[in-house]
Formats: sequence, structure tokens, C-alpha cells
Amino acid sequence: MPLLDVDELTVTFGGRGRRADRGRDRDRKPTEAAGPTEAAGPAEDTSVRAAGPAGPAEDTSVRAAGPAGPAGGNAVRAVNGVSFSVDEGQVVGLVGESGCGKSVTSLALMGLLPRKGATLGGRADFEGADLLAMGPRRIRDLRGSKLAMIFQDPLSSLNPVVPIGVQVTEILKRHRGMKGEAARKEAAQLLDRVGIPDPDRRLREYPHQLSGGMRQRALIAMAVACAPRLLIADEPTTALDVTIQAQILELLKELVDQEGTALLMITHDLGVVAGLCDQVNVLYAGKVVESSGRRELFAHPTHPYTHGLLGSIPRLDAPRGEPLNPIRGSINDQIAWADGCAFAPRCDRYEMGCLTGTPELTEPREAGHQARCVNPVLATTEVPA
Amino acid sequence: MSLLELDGVKVHFPVKKGILFDRTVGHVYAVDGISLSVEAGQTYGLVGESGCGKTTLGRAVLRLVDVTDGRVVLDGTDVAQLPEKEMRSFRRRLQMVFQDPLGSLNPRQNIESILSEGMAAHGIGGNREERREKIKEILAKVGLPGNALSRYPHEFSGGQRQRIGIARALVLEPDLIICDEPVSALDVSIQAQVVNLLEELQKSMGLTYLVIAHDLAVVRHISDVIGVMYLGSLVEEAPSDALYEEPRHPYTRALMSAVPVPDPEVEDRRERILLLGDLPSPANPPAGCRFHTRCPWKQDTRCATERPELRDLGGGHRVACHFAAEIASGEITRTSGEVVPAAHEGSGGSGGSEASGAPRASGASGGGAAKGSSSGERASEAPAGT
Amino acid sequence: MSLATTKTSKIDRLAELTAKKETSSGASLWREAFRRLRGSKMAIIGAVVIAAFVVVAIVGPWLAPYSPTAQTWRGEVLANQGEFVGARGENWFGLDHLGRDMFSRMLVGARQTLLVGVVSMLIGLVLGALVGAVSGAAATLGGRAGQRLDDVVMRVTDIMLALPSLLLAVSIAAVLGQSLTTVMIAVGVVQIPIFARLLRGSMLAQGGKDYVLAARSLGIRKRRIVLTQIMPNSLSPVIVQATLSLATAIIEAAALSYLGLGNPDPAIPEWGVMLSQAQRFFDNAPMMSMYPAVAIIITALGFTLLGEAMREALDPKLRG
Repeated sequence: MPLLDVDELTVTFGGRGRRADRGRDRDRKPTEAAGPTEAAGPAEDTSVRAAGPAGPAEDTSVRAAGPAGPAGGNAVRAVNGVSFSVDEGQVVGLVGESGCGKSVTSLALMGLLPRKGATLGGRADFEGADLLAMGPRRIRDLRGSKLAMIFQDPLSSLNPVVPIGVQVTEILKRHRGMKGEAARKEAAQLLDRVGIPDPDRRLREYPHQLSGGMRQRALIAMAVACAPRLLIADEPTTALDVTIQAQILELLKELVDQEGTALLMITHDLGVVAGLCDQVNVLYAGKVVESSGRRELFAHPTHPYTHGLLGSIPRLDAPRGEPLNPIRGSINDQIAWADGCAFAPRCDRYEMGCLTGTPELTEPREAGHQARCVNPVLATTEVPA
Repeated sequence: MSLLELDGVKVHFPVKKGILFDRTVGHVYAVDGISLSVEAGQTYGLVGESGCGKTTLGRAVLRLVDVTDGRVVLDGTDVAQLPEKEMRSFRRRLQMVFQDPLGSLNPRQNIESILSEGMAAHGIGGNREERREKIKEILAKVGLPGNALSRYPHEFSGGQRQRIGIARALVLEPDLIICDEPVSALDVSIQAQVVNLLEELQKSMGLTYLVIAHDLAVVRHISDVIGVMYLGSLVEEAPSDALYEEPRHPYTRALMSAVPVPDPEVEDRRERILLLGDLPSPANPPAGCRFHTRCPWKQDTRCATERPELRDLGGGHRVACHFAAEIASGEITRTSGEVVPAAHEGSGGSGGSEASGAPRASGASGGGAAKGSSSGERASEAPAGT
Repeated sequence: MSLATTKTSKIDRLAELTAKKETSSGASLWREAFRRLRGSKMAIIGAVVIAAFVVVAIVGPWLAPYSPTAQTWRGEVLANQGEFVGARGENWFGLDHLGRDMFSRMLVGARQTLLVGVVSMLIGLVLGALVGAVSGAAATLGGRAGQRLDDVVMRVTDIMLALPSLLLAVSIAAVLGQSLTTVMIAVGVVQIPIFARLLRGSMLAQGGKDYVLAARSLGIRKRRIVLTQIMPNSLSPVIVQATLSLATAIIEAAALSYLGLGNPDPAIPEWGVMLSQAQRFFDNAPMMSMYPAVAIIITALGFTLLGEAMREALDPKLRG
């Protein structure tokens, strides 16, 4: 069984569903009972419909908030049925551009979404227990011990008025029951472990006295303080320079190799993913559009979006002088998943079939390589003009 | 003659302290003696990490910050010496595209007002109608619909806003456009659109760009010549292809090796040079070569004492390193730092043992090196442990 | 042929699915803020309260059933012996200590109260904004000399801010003598440094934005940059503060009146004065203080609600 199994996660902001309802009916298991004929209907959202009549009170709010029903007012479905799994010691990438729902997914898993205004759906099993249904106390105990997170901006993730040492030992005290000198020694060891020179001095310093790279190292030290089973890294290197990024990526790799920690890497940078992740999930408009092992994905991008992304990136090792092949339009040009493929308005390969209901994840190329596309790119070399 | 020539440009910001009366207690050496030239119709790319002074240099060319010393010559006129009044009319010839597309547009002006303001200030286009025609023409060129005129910046997407920023620069028909991180705030798929647009415009209108960016891949894609900056000075300058094929400065090598490539096959084979420690403060730059505190090839002679000048190695390839030739020929090997070889294959391979066998940088050579050596040593033990 | 039809139909279908509700294009931020304001419950409640207040202030004198100054029921009130007349059929709010109809005095007093609030707020706003604008413009674009000027101006406002506002108002009132004008000036002057600091700070923040840099690199004159770029973007906190300070101005004017520094002419009723007069008889006739006090609180609340709603509507971060 995988360490983390996320199944049809949905997150809706605004609308009538007022609360991030964590303790919802456990029977709500999305089954694809709706069947293909029904799913093809234009005004349906399978993930919501599949919920069935089991959870009466919450479901109406969720349904009203879905993009298919504009009656829900200005509700935004940021994550729209995302499924993926992370095995022990595996590095899994969640890749996508801004607005694809990758950060919201990580916050939902950590139980860090605002309780008011966000409605969750689906389930996320971590070691057999559903993270989404957990009470705030239980998830707080889990956070920092078995589940840890690193954020994009190391400066705003650290408390500016508390020395680094106190912030690190706090975690050791809370989750490992360590005290006084022992906690301080362990903290110094942790800083040393993540490559912060002179850890005893650094423990007394405040976050602003550290450079960006050192701060990110300190955050990583705090995240790995309790040897978590799963580390969620949300754009951990985006705010850093490339040379520092290389250092941090190397550190993360090392931690995964040595500690057997699983890593969920959330990033927009396909280059980072290529060097780090075992399994890659590409997100677009709140859904996984392609999922595969890293080598297979980069060698044979099958979804036109992935294909387009790879064509958009200027590569340091590519011959110069050729124009890039951008995806046209912007993220604003999309249609509701219920009506068809959200990417269709930007896609050169869309067909009538793309505009009738949500495309399913299929395996058009080979086993284990999933793509949510009616007309996938199967020839590998040509790049759409 | 080159369109733009910088000669020994320095920008030093005073650091002030004091309760009632400020006194200058030191300087931040943001740009410290840069000479380069940009040819008409070409793109000069300036790369470097944050804090290297590339943005300050761009602003110095536009005289948005005061030049402490040196000359900024555009087409025969020294911009740094122009009186304020003449400078204002001269600004038409130098335009800028900013990093943050939303922040660089006044949220309370509509697009027509944003684009016509510069024209009005310089008397381009006789009346409102003429200006509107011209603006429509430019909008079409940058790929925006004509009905954009009456809209406001917040009604556009990020990529469209950047197109507006480009249009604002273009309406004045400048000689040189300085693009400060023109795509780094945009999504990958939008980045490519804007990069292509900049290239098309250059082809059709014969524009000259000075592109300032941290993304080496983007800069290499659009530049003819690339200058690499480190801590306020230029460490290497070369034609784009030459720089990629044979980076001569240790910093350029490390920078290039740190850029991830979206291809697992390449990633696994790629050798990465990990620099030690962090960028020193530009308020207190190291003596001698600015890079010697982090340089994996640092030598005991000259590096810490003598500041290297840019030397021409032929073919327009200029390098500011005392030992560039020796490093290239392999006479000098690395003295510190870490090379990460094939990431997922053969951990603890030759690269790792090489690094652990490397002598430590001497602690006497400054805080940066001391910091670096301990992290380098610790990190190099890692592959052996697995 | 069939290919052609599928092609057009798929394009049609895509157009149909991507067609969005026609958004109001070309909406400036001011207009959008107004639209959001209309949708806010807080703003509507505040606006209704303020509108009612203004209506009363305008038509109050005609609505009043009796003269606010005539001591018609003088014989029935014996203030010295603690005999008062509360609410009754002919006098809805009862009588004051001189036997005047409280209800009529409240209606007529609204105008004075509004006048005090608006005029003193305007004194603070106009002078404060002027000082702040000069200081802000000097600091952002004035070079070294401008920064000196800004330093001096700001130290002066610091000194003004350091004095307790009521003490400052009392000193001004003491110097200028006892009159309604004094109250307005005193309350207004106290607001000057607040507005000045606010506008300057806002301009300084805007002055560092990229679009100001862009305007400079376009070669636009500094004066024009200040007027067309920096100022319009710096005004929203000042507008919010103006609304909020209307509320504080009314309360401070009442406080000054309460201290006996307000309008000495008992013929003209004003809520603050009424409150200050009533407090002497609080033990025996608490309701006499209650009416003006509650009226002041409700009015101040109305302005505060509107001000808070405007702050939310004008906040660019909340734009959606």
C-alpha cells in the first residue's frame, strides 16, 4: 500500500459551502458508478456526482459550488479531482503553472487551508488514515512529526523575532519530548546535518541574519527534525538563485536517499523535476492531465499540455536560433472540466470529442503512463507548430 | 561604433547611519567598474544571480540611479553627464521593460493613457487621434486586440500585461530597450510567447536589446553576446554559443552546471559543480578576485590579492580570471567544492571520492571559504555513506 | 466535406464553451471599488445611518414640533431640587433642565453636529493632505534637498502627534476663546498630522513602485508624475481615514463641549453641548444624557462602518 494515496481530492473556495469540513461522512467514496454515458453529459462534474446521496448536507453545498453550476456564485474549484500516490521513499513531482492547484493540494494535505470558505472533497490516505477527515488535533500532531512541509519563501516561513535555535528545539520538544540541553544538542546536529556551518552560533541567530540558502536549510532542518515519513516541498527553490538551488536540491536528494523519506515535490520547473522525481504528475486547471515515470514522461510527453510545456522551455543544451514553441493563449482561456477538456481552447489537437465531458485518464502509450486526453500525442519527435 | 558603450561604470550607494544627522559609514559597491559595448541591432544578455548588480547597472544606463564614476555613452552622448533637462528628452531613446508586468503599469490609468503619456511628453504624434492610430498599430504588433485601449491593467493576464509594457517602450521608437527580467514573473508557457515576441520585434523593427536576467537558458536563447556578472563586475563576456560551449570563468562554469535541464537523460549524466557558501556582501566585497572565496579552483597566489582584469582570449571571449588558461588546459585542478556526477547512477562514484579527497580550503582566506569548507566536507561524505 | 463540417462545428462548440459572461470592460479601479461597495452590507448600513443623519440635519428645524430654545415648560422642571420631566405624550424625549423640549433640540442639534464634524474633518483633510503631499513629493522625487524638507516637515508633525490630541485641542480652544469655530479649528488641527503622515507614507510606498520608475524612464516631468501617477494611487487610505475621522471629530467636538470649551450660546443646540449640560444632572435624569450620547454613537458608528467598508473596497489585494 502506498504511503500517501490521494483519491479524487477536490478543494472549492467560496460559494455556499462555508467550512472546510474535515469530519465528513466516511462513506463518501467516489465510485465511477456514474458510467461513461452519464459522464458524457455536458453539465456534470463526475467527482461531485459520484459522491451519491451518502452525505446529504455537505453534498448539496459542494454541488452548488462546482463549476458546472454557476448558481454557486463566485465559487472557485481550485482542485478538481486530483488523484496520485506516493510510495515509501519515493520522490513524486506535482508540476504545473500558477493556478493549476498544486499548492492548494499541498495545503489541503497538510490541513492548512482556512477552515472558513474552503470545502474539501475526496480522500487522502496517509498510512491508512484519511488526512482530510482528521480532526485538527490529530493533524497537528502529525504535522512536523510524520508529515512535514517546506515552503517557497524561507524568510516568511520563519518567525522573525525568535532565534533559529528556539524554533528548531520547539519542534523537538513538541514532537520528540526532548528537553533543555539535549534538545539544543540535537538542534545543532540537525543544522550540521543540513550543511549549516558553525551550527552552535547559528542557533543563536535570527532568521534575517541568515542568507536565503541558509534559511531554506534551516527550514529543511526543522522539517526533518522528527524524521518524517513524507516531506512536502512547495517550490522550495523558486526564491533562490540557481547555484543555491543546486545546493538545496542536492541536500533534498541526499535526505531522501539516506533517510528513506518520501518527498512530494511541488514545482513549476520541469528542469528540477527531471533531475529529482521518480514519478511525475502534471496538473492543469485542478486535474492531473498526465502521470508517468520521469524518463518516460520527458521522453514521450503524451498530453498536448506537457508536450507544449516542454516545447516552451529554452534549453541550455539546445541549438540556438530556433523560435520556441509556446502554448497559445493563457490559463484564463479554459472551459469547465465538466464541459470537456479544460486545455482544449489552447490546444492544437482538440476535436469534437474533447468538448463533450471530462476526458478520462487512459494509458495510450504504455502501462503506468497515464494521460487525460482524447487525442494524445503519440508520435514523439514532431513538435506542434 | 557601438550603439551603447559603458566605460568603467561604477554605482556605489552610500550606507548611512545616524540619529539626527546621517553620516556615511560605508558604501555598497553595487556596480564596480563595468565596461561593455552593445552593437546596434543585437541583443546583449547580462546574467548573474541576485545581488550581482545587474539591475542597478540597467538603471544606471537609464540614469534612474546616479552613476558614481565612468561613462555611459549612447550613440556618442554621455548619458551620465547630461543635464537633467536634456536627459528628460533624451530618455525617449532609452526605454525599459520591467520584470513585474502588473507593478510597472499604473493601475488607475487605462491602456491608452499609459501608452500615450510618453508620446505626449516627447511630442510624438500631433494630436490625440494621431497618437491613437500609432498606439493601435503598436498594439497589433505586440499581439493585443485594438479594444484594449479603454481597458485597465488589472483586466489583462500576466502575459498580456507584459505585452503592454513592451508596447509602452516601443511607441517612443527607442534606440535601445533594456529588458530587466522580462519573463521571470511569467508562467513557462507564457515566457515562450514573450521571448518569441521580443525576437520577432527585433527582426521586424531592428531593435537593440540589453536583456538582464538570471535565467541562463532564456538569456542564451535570445542573446548574441552574453556578459556574466558577479558581485558588481563582469567576470566573463563571450558570444552566446562560445560561452555555452566553453565557459572559461570558474563562476560561469558553476552557474551553467547548476541550471537544471528538463531532460532526465541529460540530468543523470550532467556534472554539477556545487559552489560553496553564499554570495559575499557587496558592502564588503572580498579583496582580489571577487569570486575567490567560493572559487573551486582558487590558487594561493594572486587570487586573494590581485583583482583580475577582463582579458581577451580571442574571438570576443573576455574573461576576468588569472588562471583561465591553466584551468582550461587542466594544469590546475579544483582545490575545493564538490562535483556531483551522475545523479541517479553510481552514487559514491568518482566525483564523490574526488571531492572527499580534496584538501580543505584554508580557514585564513575569509569567512566565505571557511563556511564553505565545512559544508563541502560534510556534503562530500554523503555519497560514501550510501 | 464532412471534415469541413466537423471542423466548423468543433470551433463553434469551443466558442460556445469559452464564451464568458460579458464582463464590464474598461472598468477603472474607482468604479470597481464603488461596485464592491454597493455589494457590502456594512457599507449599506453605514450609508443608511449617515443618510438619515444628513436628512435630519437638513430638515430637522422644520420637523421640530416646538422651538428648541423656548423654555415653554420652565415651571415643571426644578433642576435644583432634582425634579425632571421624562418622556411623555407631548414631549417625546422629555424636557431638559431649563424646560425645553429635548426632541426638538435633538432634531435641530443634528445640523450643528454635522457641521462641526464635516468642517473639522475638512480642515484636517485639506491642510493635512497638503502638507503630506508636499512632503511625500519632496521625499520621492525631490532628490537630496527634497529629503531634507521632508525630514523637517515630518519632525514637526511628529511633535504635533506627540501631544495628546485633546490637550492640543484644549490649548487651541483656550487661546482662541470659546466658540463653535474654535471647536472646529481645534478638532481639525489635531487631524492635520494624521492626514499628513498617512498621505506621505502612501506616496512614499507608491513612489517606490515600478510604474513610477517607468514613468521616469519615459521622460515625464516630475510634477506630472506626482499628479497623475503617485497621487491617484495614494489617495484611497486618505479617503478611508476622512470617513473614519468624521466619527472621531464628532466625538472630540462633543468632548470639547463637554469640557465647556464648545459653543457658549445655549440658544443653538448641539449634541455635544447637550451631553455636557446633561451630565450635571445624570443622577436624577440619566435619559437626558442618553439621547445625545446614543445619537453621537450611532452617527459615529455609521461613519465608521462606511469607512471600514471603503477600506475593504479600495484594497487592491481584495480585488476579485
